[in-house]
Amino acid sequence: MSRAALLHEPFTNIPREQEAFLFGLWSFLASEALFFGALFLGYAVVRHLHIAGFDIGARHTNAVFGTLNTAILLTSSLTMAIAERGALADRTRLARIMLALTLMLGAAFLVVKGFEYHEDLEEHLLPGHGFAIPLRGAVLFFSFYWVMTGVHALHLSIGLGLVGRLFGLSLAGRLVENRASIQTTTLYWHLVDLIWVFLFPLFYLVARG
Amino acid sequence: MKLSDRDREIILVPILVWVGLMAALALTVAYAFWPHAPAKVEAALAIAALKAGLIAAVYMRLNRAPPLLRLTAVAAFLWLLMLFGLTFADYLTRSAS
Repeated sequence: MSRAALLHEPFTNIPREQEAFLFGLWSFLASEALFFGALFLGYAVVRHLHIAGFDIGARHTNAVFGTLNTAILLTSSLTMAIAERGALADRTRLARIMLALTLMLGAAFLVVKGFEYHEDLEEHLLPGHGFAIPLRGAVLFFSFYWVMTGVHALHLSIGLGLVGRLFGLSLAGRLVENRASIQTTTLYWHLVDLIWVFLFPLFYLVARG
Repeated sequence: MKLSDRDREIILVPILVWVGLMAALALTVAYAFWPHAPAKVEAALAIAALKAGLIAAVYMRLNRAPPLLRLTAVAAFLWLLMLFGLTFADYLTRSAS
C-alpha cells in the first residue's frame, strides 16, 4: 500500500487528513454525549422528585441480564480495540478475526436484551394499561428504562452495521486502505460502550442490597 | 514467547485495560448488593466514571490524541457539566412547598 493511496483530496498530507476526520467524528460524539446527556438529566431530575417509587421500580430490572450485557459489551470494546490496532499495523488477519468477534459479541448483547425485554413484558413492566407497580415513580423509572436502553440498542445496531461493513472490506482485502472508516467506526463503537457504562448502574444497581 | 513492542501495543495494552474494566464491573456489582452499604449511587457513578475514563483514554486514544481532539472531548464534558449544573441549581434549591 503506497502512502499516496491513503491520501484524499483536498488534503496535502496524511496527518492533517487524519486529524480532520477524527475531529469531525469527535464533534459528532460530543453531540451524542449531549443527546444522551439530556436523557440522563431527565432521569436525575425525575429520580430526585419521585425517589421512593423510582427506586422501587429500579428493583424490578434483571441485574443478571444487565451485568452479563455489561461484560459482553466491555469485551466487545476489547476486540474492537485490537481490531483497530491490528488493522492500522497491517495485521489484517488478526483484524478480521477481531472484527468477527466484535460482531458476535454485539449480536449477543442484542439477544440478551431481547430475552430481558421479553421477561419485562411478561412481568407487565411496560408503562401503560396494566402496569405492574401502582406508583408514579415506578412508571417514570420504566419510561426512562425503555427509552434509554431502546435508543442505546438502536445505536448498537447501527454500530453492528458499521463493523459489518469493515468486516466485508477485510474479506475483500480492502481494509487497510480505509483508515478513516476503521478509526471512526472504532470510536463510535467505544462511545456506545461508554454510554452503557453509565446506563448499567442507573438501571440495574441503584436501590439494591 | 516474548512479545515485541508492536504486539505489546496491539494486544497487551487493550487486554490490560479490559482486565481493569472487568475488575471495576465486579467491584461495582458487589458493592451494589452489599446490604446497607453507604453512598451506593455515588460509588456506582464513581466506578462508572473510572471505567469511562479508561475507555476514553486508552481505547479511544485520548491519551495520545492531538490537542484539537482532546479539546473537543473536554468541550462535550463541559457542556454536560453546564447542563447538569444549571438544572440542579434550580431543582435542588426549590422550597418544598
